[in-house]
Amino acid sequence: MTTQTMTDQTQPENSGMGFKMANALKQTEERTKLLEKKDSVRLVDSPRLDIRDLSFFYGKFKALHNINMQIPDKQVTAFIGPSGCGKSTLLRIFNRIFDLYPGQRTEGQILLDNNDILSSKVDVNMLRAKIGMVFQKPTPFPMSIYDNVAFGVRLYENLSKSELNDRVEWALQRAALWGEVSDKLNQSGAALSGGQQQRLCIARGIAVKPEVLLLDEPTSALDPISTTKIEELVHELKSDFTIAIVTHNMQQAARVSDYTAFMYLGKLVEYDHTDIIFTNPGRKETEDYITGRFG
Amino acid sequence: MSATEKDINAHLHTQSAGVIWDKVFKGTSFAFAAMVLIVMLAIMVMLFKEAWPTFAHFGFSFLYTSEWDVVNDKFGALVPIVGTLVTSLIAILIGVPVSFGIAIFISLMAPSWLKRPIGIAIELLAAVPSIIYGMWGLFYFAPWFANTIQPFMTENLGGVPFIGQFFQGPPIGVSIFTAGFVLAIMIIPFIASIMRDMFDVVPTALKESAYAMGSTTWEVVWKVILPYTKAGVIGGIMLGLGRAMGETMAVAFVVGNSLELNTGLFYPGATIASTMANEFNEASGLHMSSLIALGFMLFVITFLVLSLAKWFLLRLEKSQQGDET
Repeated sequence: MTTQTMTDQTQPENSGMGFKMANALKQTEERTKLLEKKDSVRLVDSPRLDIRDLSFFYGKFKALHNINMQIPDKQVTAFIGPSGCGKSTLLRIFNRIFDLYPGQRTEGQILLDNNDILSSKVDVNMLRAKIGMVFQKPTPFPMSIYDNVAFGVRLYENLSKSELNDRVEWALQRAALWGEVSDKLNQSGAALSGGQQQRLCIARGIAVKPEVLLLDEPTSALDPISTTKIEELVHELKSDFTIAIVTHNMQQAARVSDYTAFMYLGKLVEYDHTDIIFTNPGRKETEDYITGRFG
Repeated sequence: MSATEKDINAHLHTQSAGVIWDKVFKGTSFAFAAMVLIVMLAIMVMLFKEAWPTFAHFGFSFLYTSEWDVVNDKFGALVPIVGTLVTSLIAILIGVPVSFGIAIFISLMAPSWLKRPIGIAIELLAAVPSIIYGMWGLFYFAPWFANTIQPFMTENLGGVPFIGQFFQGPPIGVSIFTAGFVLAIMIIPFIASIMRDMFDVVPTALKESAYAMGSTTWEVVWKVILPYTKAGVIGGIMLGLGRAMGETMAVAFVVGNSLELNTGLFYPGATIASTMANEFNEASGLHMSSLIALGFMLFVITFLVLSLAKWFLLRLEKSQQGDET
């Protein structure tokens, strides 16, 4: 639980003053322990997704080059990197949403519970029920708030009316939206504010109780207050779900994630505990990026 | 006057010219928009005035009697009114599902090299003059239909209680059903291309979110895309319906132009527009007035149908918004 205490200590500093303060923590004991640990054991003890030699092609263009990494169970993993580095592309492979577009293909494997999710035998719809996704812009479906949350549940489970009511309430509670919408569940989801819509989309995503939740720049279209709410939510949700978040906001990655992957030009440059990435990165490119020298 | 003052004056001057032009622009736009109302009113007034002798003579019985006797000057509009509604209904029943399929295929499923050819073909079909459809319907479709489909349908559906009576009629090909079918083919390009335009503007992220929930394509279309585009889709259907109700030439070719009342869809019949087109030449006096009264009724029916659609759409939106907003 070293990681946990570490995160709690660095968080207020990071959100306040940014990386200069984070750098000041360089010599803390916890981090030294982490560094020792890093050398002795594997980075990720219990992987939920095991990515093996993964490459991705848009037609003939190779957008991802032989990615190898493990996404830890019930932790938050952030993907950072400059625009076009392939971080969203990688996220979109995990639930095979790229399948919608002919000409996009993968090589390599991603194991979820020891099954290769990239295999052509996989039922893509069942996979997407296990790996939920929230997009950059809020995408409430053109239906009531209740129906939005019940959408996925109705596709996969045959619940009684009261069970479904309970599930919808549970999901909205977990997404920290219940208090704001409990008296207007029949209203259109589109009538909510942007931040509420995004939390609605998160509620919709977790209502089916997925194993993994993918967040593709979930706050880039939101105001600061809504952003803070979503970040708190991410922190809350990791007790139940494995979360992978793509963000172009490095402070956000530092605030919400346990692990951070830095990507550049379709390659995974560095992947480590978030504290190490932001305080003592192993690669020159990572350091340049997080200190704002390029990107 | 100093240089600065001149500058300011010049600036003021150009600005006021801009303001004047803006006023002219607003005025002309308004005049054009007002013209729509004026033309519509003028048509209604003209139709009503010319139709008045008929309304005065027959009263409301004009609407529900079916006798159309030119020799004895007895006119009832029931047959053409029913014919118009039934042919349009058949056209919509056949045309909407087909258009929906076409639009979904082009917008969601077709490989990109196929999208453009199909799209262009649909737009070309929409531009084919109605008389071509009429001639095709009369010379090719009607005989084929009379020899193959119609006997089959009469044999298999004609004996069914209640609905069986709709599938009766002489095997001559020209009929209410044929007219409805030809109308369906005519309105499909319109409805399909409007639906395709609607489906194309659905945000990619919305479609992807629906897929990301694990929906099948059908579920994405039915539960997300269609509700999202319903206003436009219903608008497209209404445009098609309007065209079907007012279509004259193609229908006059294949409907059979019989003003006798029959329940069978395979009997020849008549629509308002086809009756007007067929009888205008020889009409005078009360006959002429009755034809114009028919035209007035078409106007009223179209207006009612469009209002109904708008009302339906509003209700749909309200039910989605919930009771309070």
